Amino acid sequence: MNQTWLTLLRRDLLLALRRRSDIATTLFFFVIVSSLFPLGIGPEPAVLSSIAPGVLWVAALLAGMISLGRLFAADFADGSLEQMLLAPQPLAWLVSAKIFAHWLVCGLPVVLLAPLIGLQYALPNDALWVLVYSLLLGTPTLSLIGAIGAALTLGVRGSGLLVALLVLPLYIPTLIFGAGAVAASQHGMSAEAHLSLLAAVSLLSLVLAPLATAAALRISVE
Amino acid sequence: MHMNWFKYSSPQTFYPLAGKMIPWFFWAASLLCAVGLYVSFAIAPTDFQQGEAYRIIFVHVPAAWMSMFIYLVMAGWAAMGLALNARLSAMMAQALAPTGAMFTLLALVTGSLWGKPMWGTWWVWDARLTSELILLFLYLGFMALQSSIDDPRRADRAGALLALVGVVNVPIIYFSVKWWNTLHQGSTINMGVAPKMAATMLLGMLLMALAFWMYSVAVALMRVRCIMLERERSSDWVKALSIKGGK
Repeated sequence: MNQTWLTLLRRDLLLALRRRSDIATTLFFFVIVSSLFPLGIGPEPAVLSSIAPGVLWVAALLAGMISLGRLFAADFADGSLEQMLLAPQPLAWLVSAKIFAHWLVCGLPVVLLAPLIGLQYALPNDALWVLVYSLLLGTPTLSLIGAIGAALTLGVRGSGLLVALLVLPLYIPTLIFGAGAVAASQHGMSAEAHLSLLAAVSLLSLVLAPLATAAALRISVE
Repeated sequence: MHMNWFKYSSPQTFYPLAGKMIPWFFWAASLLCAVGLYVSFAIAPTDFQQGEAYRIIFVHVPAAWMSMFIYLVMAGWAAMGLALNARLSAMMAQALAPTGAMFTLLALVTGSLWGKPMWGTWWVWDARLTSELILLFLYLGFMALQSSIDDPRRADRAGALLALVGVVNVPIIYFSVKWWNTLHQGSTINMGVAPKMAATMLLGMLLMALAFWMYSVAVALMRVRCIMLERERSSDWVKALSIKGGK
Protein backbone atom coordinates (compact mmCIF):
# COMPACT_ATOMS: atom_id res chain seq x y z
CA MET A 1 0.00 0.00 0.00
CA ASN A 2 2.86 2.34 0.87
CA GLN A 3 4.53 1.35 -2.36
CA THR A 4 1.53 2.50 -4.39
CA TRP A 5 1.38 5.74 -2.44
CA LEU A 6 5.04 6.49 -3.11
CA THR A 7 4.73 5.54 -6.76
CA LEU A 8 1.77 7.83 -7.21
CA LEU A 9 3.57 10.67 -5.42
CA ARG A 10 6.65 10.16 -7.55
CA ARG A 11 4.57 10.08 -10.73
CA ASP A 12 2.75 13.31 -9.89
CA LEU A 13 5.97 15.08 -8.98
CA LEU A 14 7.60 13.85 -12.16
CA LEU A 15 4.67 15.07 -14.24
CA ALA A 16 4.89 18.44 -12.53
CA LEU A 17 8.63 18.66 -13.14
CA ARG A 18 8.16 17.88 -16.81
CA ARG A 19 5.88 20.90 -17.01
CA ARG A 20 7.75 23.41 -14.95
CA SER A 21 5.70 26.32 -16.21
CA ASP A 22 2.81 25.10 -14.07
CA ILE A 23 4.83 25.50 -10.89
CA ALA A 24 6.14 28.85 -12.08
CA THR A 25 2.63 30.12 -12.80
CA THR A 26 1.49 29.59 -9.21
CA LEU A 27 4.62 31.16 -7.82
CA PHE A 28 4.52 34.18 -10.10
CA PHE A 29 0.86 34.64 -9.40
CA PHE A 30 1.71 34.83 -5.69
CA VAL A 31 4.53 37.30 -6.32
CA ILE A 32 2.52 39.51 -8.67
CA VAL A 33 -0.61 39.65 -6.51
CA SER A 34 1.40 40.59 -3.45
CA SER A 35 3.37 43.18 -5.43
CA LEU A 36 0.18 44.89 -6.58
CA PHE A 37 -0.84 45.95 -3.08
CA PRO A 38 2.03 48.38 -2.41
CA LEU A 39 1.35 49.91 -5.83
CA GLY A 40 -2.29 50.38 -4.97
CA ILE A 41 -1.87 51.48 -1.39
CA GLY A 42 1.39 53.37 -1.30
CA PRO A 43 4.90 52.63 -0.13
CA GLU A 44 4.81 53.70 3.55
CA PRO A 45 6.50 50.89 5.51
CA ALA A 46 4.21 51.31 8.52
CA VAL A 47 1.08 50.76 6.44
CA LEU A 48 2.62 47.93 4.48
CA SER A 49 3.80 46.01 7.50
CA SER A 50 0.39 46.34 9.12
CA ILE A 51 -1.41 44.89 6.09
CA ALA A 52 1.32 42.36 5.27
CA PRO A 53 -0.07 39.35 7.20
CA GLY A 54 -3.47 39.60 5.54
CA VAL A 55 -2.20 40.40 2.08
CA LEU A 56 0.39 37.65 2.02
CA TRP A 57 -2.07 35.11 3.34
CA VAL A 58 -4.78 36.09 0.86
CA ALA A 59 -2.24 35.92 -1.96
CA ALA A 60 -1.18 32.45 -0.80
CA LEU A 61 -4.84 31.42 -0.64
CA LEU A 62 -5.50 32.56 -4.20
CA ALA A 63 -2.29 31.07 -5.52
CA GLY A 64 -3.22 27.72 -4.01
CA MET A 65 -6.67 27.99 -5.50
CA ILE A 66 -5.80 28.75 -9.13
CA SER A 67 -3.79 25.55 -9.38
CA LEU A 68 -6.63 23.34 -8.11
CA GLY A 69 -8.04 22.74 -11.57
CA ARG A 70 -4.96 20.72 -12.50
CA LEU A 71 -5.26 18.41 -9.50
CA PHE A 72 -7.49 15.82 -11.14
CA ALA A 73 -8.23 17.19 -14.62
CA ALA A 74 -5.37 15.52 -16.50
CA ASP A 75 -5.94 12.16 -14.80
CA PHE A 76 -9.62 12.45 -15.57
CA ALA A 77 -8.94 13.21 -19.22
CA ASP A 78 -6.55 10.30 -19.84
CA GLY A 79 -8.50 7.76 -17.82
CA SER A 80 -5.92 7.11 -15.11
CA LEU A 81 -8.33 8.48 -12.53
CA GLU A 82 -10.74 5.65 -13.34
CA GLN A 83 -7.93 3.18 -12.78
CA MET A 84 -7.40 4.72 -9.36
CA LEU A 85 -11.07 4.29 -8.60
CA LEU A 86 -10.86 0.64 -9.57
CA ALA A 87 -7.59 0.01 -7.74
CA PRO A 88 -7.62 -2.36 -4.74
CA GLN A 89 -6.11 0.34 -2.52
CA PRO A 90 -8.55 2.70 -0.77
CA LEU A 91 -9.24 5.70 -2.96
CA ALA A 92 -8.81 8.15 -0.06
CA TRP A 93 -5.30 6.82 0.44
CA LEU A 94 -4.38 7.32 -3.22
CA VAL A 95 -5.99 10.73 -3.23
CA SER A 96 -3.89 11.77 -0.25
CA ALA A 97 -0.75 11.07 -2.31
CA LYS A 98 -2.05 13.33 -5.07
CA ILE A 99 -2.91 16.06 -2.59
CA PHE A 100 0.52 15.81 -1.00
CA ALA A 101 2.11 16.12 -4.43
CA HIS A 102 -0.06 19.16 -5.14
CA TRP A 103 1.11 20.76 -1.90
CA LEU A 104 4.76 20.02 -2.68
CA VAL A 105 4.38 21.59 -6.10
CA CYS A 106 2.11 24.55 -5.33
CA GLY A 107 2.18 25.08 -1.57
CA LEU A 108 5.78 24.59 -0.56
CA PRO A 109 7.30 27.04 -3.08
CA VAL A 110 4.93 29.73 -1.79
CA VAL A 111 5.99 28.96 1.79
CA LEU A 112 9.64 29.29 0.84
CA LEU A 113 9.17 32.46 -1.13
CA ALA A 114 6.91 34.19 1.38
CA PRO A 115 9.65 35.53 3.70
CA LEU A 116 11.21 37.32 0.75
CA ILE A 117 7.95 39.09 -0.01
CA GLY A 118 7.49 39.69 3.73
CA LEU A 119 10.82 41.46 3.74
CA GLN A 120 9.55 43.80 1.04
CA TYR A 121 6.58 44.51 3.26
CA ALA A 122 8.93 45.58 6.06
CA LEU A 123 7.95 42.71 8.35
CA PRO A 124 10.27 42.34 11.37
CA ASN A 125 12.39 39.21 11.70
CA ASP A 126 10.24 37.42 14.27
CA ALA A 127 7.13 37.96 12.20
CA LEU A 128 8.90 36.57 9.14
CA TRP A 129 9.55 33.32 10.96
CA VAL A 130 5.99 33.15 12.19
CA LEU A 131 4.84 33.77 8.62
CA VAL A 132 6.82 30.76 7.44
CA TYR A 133 5.53 28.58 10.28
CA SER A 134 1.94 29.62 9.75
CA LEU A 135 2.13 29.01 6.00
CA LEU A 136 3.81 25.67 6.60
CA LEU A 137 0.98 24.62 8.90
CA GLY A 138 -1.81 26.23 6.89
CA THR A 139 -1.09 25.62 3.21
CA PRO A 140 -1.63 21.83 3.50
CA THR A 141 -5.18 22.62 4.63
CA LEU A 142 -5.63 24.72 1.50
CA SER A 143 -4.62 21.78 -0.71
CA LEU A 144 -6.74 19.35 1.31
CA ILE A 145 -9.94 21.40 1.29
CA GLY A 146 -9.27 22.53 -2.26
CA ALA A 147 -9.13 18.91 -3.37
CA ILE A 148 -12.77 18.45 -2.31
CA GLY A 149 -13.78 21.40 -4.46
CA ALA A 150 -11.65 20.21 -7.38
CA ALA A 151 -13.19 16.73 -7.19
CA LEU A 152 -16.74 18.07 -7.01
CA THR A 153 -16.31 20.32 -10.04
CA LEU A 154 -14.43 17.81 -12.15
CA GLY A 155 -15.53 18.11 -15.75
CA VAL A 156 -18.18 20.70 -14.94
CA ARG A 157 -18.53 23.71 -17.19
CA GLY A 158 -17.07 26.88 -15.72
CA SER A 159 -15.33 24.84 -13.06
CA GLY A 160 -12.55 27.37 -12.50
CA LEU A 161 -14.83 30.04 -11.07
CA LEU A 162 -17.04 27.48 -9.40
CA VAL A 163 -14.10 26.12 -7.40
CA ALA A 164 -13.48 29.62 -6.06
CA LEU A 165 -17.07 29.94 -4.94
CA LEU A 166 -17.05 26.55 -3.23
CA VAL A 167 -13.63 26.61 -1.66
CA LEU A 168 -12.93 30.19 -0.57
CA PRO A 169 -15.59 30.30 2.19
CA LEU A 170 -14.12 27.09 3.60
CA TYR A 171 -10.65 28.67 3.62
CA ILE A 172 -11.72 31.41 6.02
CA PRO A 173 -10.66 29.76 9.32
CA THR A 174 -7.22 29.05 7.90
CA LEU A 175 -6.91 32.64 6.74
CA ILE A 176 -7.97 34.01 10.11
CA PHE A 177 -5.61 31.87 12.15
CA GLY A 178 -2.72 32.18 9.70
CA ALA A 179 -2.84 35.93 9.32
CA GLY A 180 -3.69 36.23 13.03
CA ALA A 181 -0.49 34.41 13.99
CA VAL A 182 1.67 36.82 12.01
CA ALA A 183 -0.22 39.86 13.29
CA ALA A 184 0.07 38.63 16.88
CA SER A 185 3.82 38.31 16.66
CA GLN A 186 4.00 41.76 15.08
CA HIS A 187 2.26 43.19 18.12
CA GLY A 188 4.64 41.45 20.46
CA MET A 189 2.16 38.76 21.48
CA SER A 190 2.69 35.04 21.37
CA ALA A 191 1.58 33.44 18.11
CA GLU A 192 1.34 30.06 19.76
CA ALA A 193 -2.44 29.98 20.16
CA HIS A 194 -3.01 30.81 16.50
CA LEU A 195 -0.46 28.29 15.34
CA SER A 196 -1.99 25.58 17.52
CA LEU A 197 -5.43 26.25 16.07
CA LEU A 198 -3.98 26.30 12.58
CA ALA A 199 -2.40 22.92 13.23
CA ALA A 200 -5.70 21.63 14.62
CA VAL A 201 -7.57 22.69 11.47
CA SER A 202 -4.82 21.09 9.40
CA LEU A 203 -5.04 17.78 11.24
CA LEU A 204 -8.82 17.73 11.07
CA SER A 205 -8.78 18.31 7.34
CA LEU A 206 -5.98 15.75 6.95
CA VAL A 207 -8.32 13.13 8.36
CA LEU A 208 -11.57 14.18 6.72
CA ALA A 209 -10.67 15.81 3.41
CA PRO A 210 -9.22 12.74 1.62
CA LEU A 211 -12.38 10.79 2.50
CA ALA A 212 -14.62 13.58 1.24
CA THR A 213 -12.50 13.98 -1.88
CA ALA A 214 -12.71 10.25 -2.60
CA ALA A 215 -16.48 10.36 -2.22
CA ALA A 216 -16.64 13.40 -4.50
CA LEU A 217 -14.51 11.69 -7.13
CA ARG A 218 -16.80 8.67 -7.13
CA ILE A 219 -19.76 10.99 -7.65
CA SER A 220 -18.04 12.89 -10.45
CA VAL A 221 -16.61 9.98 -12.39
CA GLU A 222 -19.34 7.35 -12.18
CA MET B 1 -51.33 -3.77 10.61
CA HIS B 2 -48.46 -3.24 8.30
CA MET B 3 -47.39 0.31 7.57
CA ASN B 4 -45.29 1.28 4.63
CA TRP B 5 -42.88 3.95 5.88
CA PHE B 6 -41.59 4.62 2.44
CA LYS B 7 -44.93 5.19 0.78
CA TYR B 8 -44.36 8.92 0.41
CA SER B 9 -40.71 8.66 -0.54
CA SER B 10 -41.57 8.32 -4.20
CA PRO B 11 -42.38 11.45 -6.18
CA GLN B 12 -45.52 9.90 -7.60
CA THR B 13 -47.19 9.57 -4.19
CA PHE B 14 -45.60 12.61 -2.62
CA TYR B 15 -46.67 14.99 -5.37
CA PRO B 16 -50.41 14.95 -4.52
CA LEU B 17 -49.67 14.85 -0.77
CA ALA B 18 -47.48 17.96 -1.06
CA GLY B 19 -50.21 19.63 -3.08
CA LYS B 20 -52.66 18.99 -0.23
CA MET B 21 -50.23 20.20 2.43
CA ILE B 22 -49.25 23.48 0.80
CA PRO B 23 -52.51 25.42 1.52
CA TRP B 24 -52.39 24.41 5.20
CA PHE B 25 -48.87 25.67 5.62
CA PHE B 26 -49.66 28.85 3.73
CA TRP B 27 -52.67 29.55 5.91
CA ALA B 28 -50.67 28.85 9.05
CA ALA B 29 -47.95 31.18 7.78
CA SER B 30 -50.35 34.03 6.95
CA LEU B 31 -52.21 33.69 10.24
CA LEU B 32 -49.06 33.58 12.34
CA CYS B 33 -47.59 36.43 10.35
CA ALA B 34 -50.70 38.59 10.86
CA VAL B 35 -50.78 37.94 14.62
CA GLY B 36 -47.01 38.25 14.87
CA LEU B 37 -46.96 41.59 13.07
CA TYR B 38 -49.80 42.86 15.25
CA VAL B 39 -47.93 41.87 18.42
CA SER B 40 -44.69 43.32 17.12
CA PHE B 41 -46.02 46.65 15.94
CA ALA B 42 -49.05 47.35 18.11
CA ILE B 43 -48.55 45.56 21.41
CA ALA B 44 -44.80 45.36 22.00
CA PRO B 45 -43.62 48.44 23.91
CA THR B 46 -41.28 51.03 22.45
CA ASP B 47 -37.70 50.40 23.46
CA PHE B 48 -36.50 53.20 25.72
CA GLN B 49 -32.99 53.13 24.28
CA GLN B 50 -33.62 52.41 20.62
CA GLY B 51 -37.03 53.98 20.04
CA GLU B 52 -39.24 52.57 17.31
CA ALA B 53 -36.41 51.54 15.02
CA TYR B 54 -35.76 48.43 17.06
CA ARG B 55 -38.93 46.85 15.64
CA ILE B 56 -37.02 45.61 12.64
CA ILE B 57 -35.67 42.83 14.87
CA PHE B 58 -39.07 41.15 14.56
CA VAL B 59 -38.11 40.40 10.99
CA HIS B 60 -34.37 40.33 11.40
CA VAL B 61 -33.95 37.81 14.22
CA PRO B 62 -36.42 35.22 12.87
CA ALA B 63 -34.84 35.52 9.43
CA ALA B 64 -31.39 34.92 10.91
CA TRP B 65 -32.69 31.92 12.85
CA MET B 66 -34.33 30.47 9.76
CA SER B 67 -31.23 31.02 7.63
CA MET B 68 -29.18 28.81 9.94
CA PHE B 69 -31.96 26.32 10.62
CA ILE B 70 -32.68 25.79 6.92
CA TYR B 71 -29.03 25.08 6.25
CA LEU B 72 -29.12 22.34 8.88
CA VAL B 73 -32.35 20.89 7.49
CA MET B 74 -30.93 21.04 3.99
CA ALA B 75 -27.80 19.19 5.08
CA GLY B 76 -30.01 16.67 6.88
CA TRP B 77 -31.97 15.96 3.69
CA ALA B 78 -28.71 15.83 1.76
CA ALA B 79 -27.25 13.28 4.17
CA MET B 80 -30.40 11.21 3.95
CA GLY B 81 -30.28 11.38 0.18
CA LEU B 82 -26.69 10.14 0.15
CA ALA B 83 -27.22 7.44 2.76
CA LEU B 84 -30.50 5.99 1.50
CA ASN B 85 -29.96 6.93 -2.12
CA ALA B 86 -33.41 8.52 -2.10
CA ARG B 87 -34.24 10.86 -4.96
CA LEU B 88 -36.83 12.81 -3.04
CA SER B 89 -34.46 13.72 -0.20
CA ALA B 90 -32.04 15.30 -2.62
CA MET B 91 -34.90 17.17 -4.28
CA MET B 92 -35.94 18.52 -0.88
CA ALA B 93 -32.40 19.76 -0.24
CA GLN B 94 -32.40 21.46 -3.62
CA ALA B 95 -35.81 23.01 -2.96
CA LEU B 96 -34.75 24.43 0.41
CA ALA B 97 -31.58 26.18 -0.74
CA PRO B 98 -33.12 29.28 -2.41
CA THR B 99 -35.39 29.90 0.60
CA GLY B 100 -32.42 29.63 2.94
CA ALA B 101 -30.39 32.01 0.82
CA MET B 102 -33.33 34.42 0.72
CA PHE B 103 -33.59 34.45 4.53
CA THR B 104 -29.83 34.94 4.83
CA LEU B 105 -30.01 37.92 2.51
CA LEU B 106 -33.05 39.25 4.38
CA ALA B 107 -31.20 38.96 7.69
CA LEU B 108 -28.22 40.83 6.24
CA VAL B 109 -30.31 43.60 4.68
CA THR B 110 -32.51 44.14 7.74
CA GLY B 111 -29.41 43.99 9.92
CA SER B 112 -27.77 46.79 8.01
CA LEU B 113 -31.00 48.81 7.94
CA TRP B 114 -31.06 48.46 11.72
CA GLY B 115 -27.37 49.22 12.02
CA LYS B 116 -27.62 52.59 10.30
CA PRO B 117 -29.79 54.37 12.92
CA MET B 118 -28.32 52.39 15.85
CA TRP B 119 -24.63 52.33 15.12
CA GLY B 120 -24.48 55.06 12.50
CA THR B 121 -23.09 52.69 9.91
CA TRP B 122 -24.53 50.25 7.41
CA TRP B 123 -22.01 47.56 8.04
CA VAL B 124 -19.62 46.52 10.77
CA TRP B 125 -17.38 43.49 10.65
CA ASP B 126 -19.13 42.02 13.62
CA ALA B 127 -18.79 38.30 14.21
CA ARG B 128 -22.46 37.60 13.64
CA LEU B 129 -22.75 39.73 10.52
CA THR B 130 -19.61 38.24 9.05
CA SER B 131 -20.61 34.66 9.68
CA GLU B 132 -24.04 35.36 8.22
CA LEU B 133 -22.33 36.71 5.11
CA ILE B 134 -20.23 33.55 4.89
CA LEU B 135 -23.39 31.48 5.27
CA LEU B 136 -24.76 33.30 2.22
CA PHE B 137 -21.61 32.32 0.31
CA LEU B 138 -22.14 28.69 1.33
CA TYR B 139 -25.73 28.78 0.04
CA LEU B 140 -24.61 30.39 -3.21
CA GLY B 141 -21.88 27.78 -3.67
CA PHE B 142 -24.39 24.98 -3.15
CA MET B 143 -26.82 26.43 -5.68
CA ALA B 144 -24.08 27.25 -8.20
CA LEU B 145 -22.69 23.72 -8.01
CA GLN B 146 -26.12 22.13 -8.46
CA SER B 147 -27.07 24.33 -11.37
CA SER B 148 -23.82 23.85 -13.25
CA ILE B 149 -24.02 20.05 -13.32
CA ASP B 150 -26.36 18.84 -16.03
CA ASP B 151 -26.90 15.28 -14.83
CA PRO B 152 -29.47 15.61 -12.02
CA ARG B 153 -28.28 12.51 -10.14
CA ARG B 154 -24.73 13.76 -10.08
CA ALA B 155 -25.88 17.28 -9.17
CA ASP B 156 -27.85 15.87 -6.23
CA ARG B 157 -24.98 13.88 -4.84
CA ALA B 158 -22.31 16.52 -5.42
CA GLY B 159 -24.53 19.13 -3.78
CA ALA B 160 -25.23 16.80 -0.87
CA LEU B 161 -21.55 16.23 -0.27
CA LEU B 162 -20.89 19.97 -0.40
CA ALA B 163 -23.70 20.63 2.08
CA LEU B 164 -22.20 18.09 4.48
CA VAL B 165 -18.72 19.58 4.14
CA GLY B 166 -20.31 22.97 4.81
CA VAL B 167 -22.06 21.74 7.95
CA VAL B 168 -18.79 20.42 9.37
CA ASN B 169 -17.21 23.79 8.63
CA VAL B 170 -19.95 26.08 9.89
CA PRO B 171 -19.00 25.82 13.61
CA ILE B 172 -15.30 26.16 12.80
CA ILE B 173 -15.99 29.22 10.68
CA TYR B 174 -18.27 30.69 13.32
CA PHE B 175 -15.77 30.37 16.14
CA SER B 176 -12.83 31.54 14.07
CA VAL B 177 -14.77 34.62 12.99
CA LYS B 178 -15.89 35.26 16.54
CA TRP B 179 -12.37 35.06 17.84
CA TRP B 180 -11.03 37.18 14.99
CA ASN B 181 -13.63 39.77 15.89
CA THR B 182 -12.72 39.94 19.59
CA LEU B 183 -9.08 40.40 18.67
CA HIS B 184 -9.90 43.24 16.31
CA GLN B 185 -12.32 45.05 18.59
CA GLY B 186 -11.75 48.49 17.11
CA SER B 187 -15.22 49.97 17.25
CA THR B 188 -17.14 50.96 20.33
CA ILE B 189 -20.16 48.84 19.56
CA ASN B 190 -20.94 46.20 22.08
CA MET B 191 -23.41 43.61 20.92
CA GLY B 192 -22.47 41.07 23.55
CA VAL B 193 -24.92 42.05 26.25
CA ALA B 194 -28.47 41.94 25.02
CA PRO B 195 -30.81 44.14 27.05
CA LYS B 196 -33.55 42.33 28.90
CA MET B 197 -36.43 41.87 26.56
CA ALA B 198 -40.06 42.43 27.40
CA ALA B 199 -42.19 39.28 27.21
CA THR B 200 -44.30 40.69 24.38
CA MET B 201 -41.18 41.37 22.35
CA LEU B 202 -40.12 37.77 22.72
CA LEU B 203 -43.64 36.62 21.85
CA GLY B 204 -43.64 38.71 18.68
CA MET B 205 -40.29 37.31 17.68
CA LEU B 206 -41.39 33.72 18.27
CA LEU B 207 -44.62 34.22 16.33
CA MET B 208 -42.71 35.68 13.42
CA ALA B 209 -40.20 32.84 13.55
CA LEU B 210 -43.06 30.31 13.40
CA ALA B 211 -44.61 32.23 10.51
CA PHE B 212 -41.31 32.15 8.61
CA TRP B 213 -40.98 28.47 9.37
CA MET B 214 -44.43 27.65 7.97
CA TYR B 215 -43.73 29.84 4.96
CA SER B 216 -40.46 27.99 4.32
CA VAL B 217 -42.21 24.64 4.43
CA ALA B 218 -44.92 25.81 2.03
CA VAL B 219 -42.48 27.33 -0.43
CA ALA B 220 -40.13 24.36 -0.28
CA LEU B 221 -43.04 22.02 -0.99
CA MET B 222 -44.12 24.14 -3.95
CA ARG B 223 -40.61 24.16 -5.29
CA VAL B 224 -40.14 20.45 -4.78
CA ARG B 225 -43.34 19.82 -6.72
CA CYS B 226 -41.91 21.76 -9.65
CA ILE B 227 -38.62 19.89 -9.39
CA MET B 228 -40.46 16.56 -9.33
CA LEU B 229 -42.42 17.41 -12.47
CA GLU B 230 -39.30 18.60 -14.25
CA ARG B 231 -37.22 15.57 -13.34
CA GLU B 232 -39.93 12.99 -13.94
CA ARG B 233 -41.34 14.58 -17.06
CA SER B 234 -40.93 11.42 -19.10
CA SER B 235 -42.62 9.18 -16.53
CA ASP B 236 -46.17 7.90 -16.85
CA TRP B 237 -47.60 9.60 -13.79
CA VAL B 238 -46.54 13.04 -14.98
CA LYS B 239 -48.03 12.34 -18.40
CA ALA B 240 -51.25 11.16 -16.79
CA LEU B 241 -51.21 14.31 -14.67
CA SER B 242 -50.83 16.57 -17.66
CA ILE B 243 -53.79 14.89 -19.35
CA LYS B 244 -55.92 15.35 -16.24
CA GLY B 245 -54.93 18.99 -16.01
CA GLY B 246 -52.40 19.13 -13.21
CA LYS B 247 -54.45 18.43 -10.08
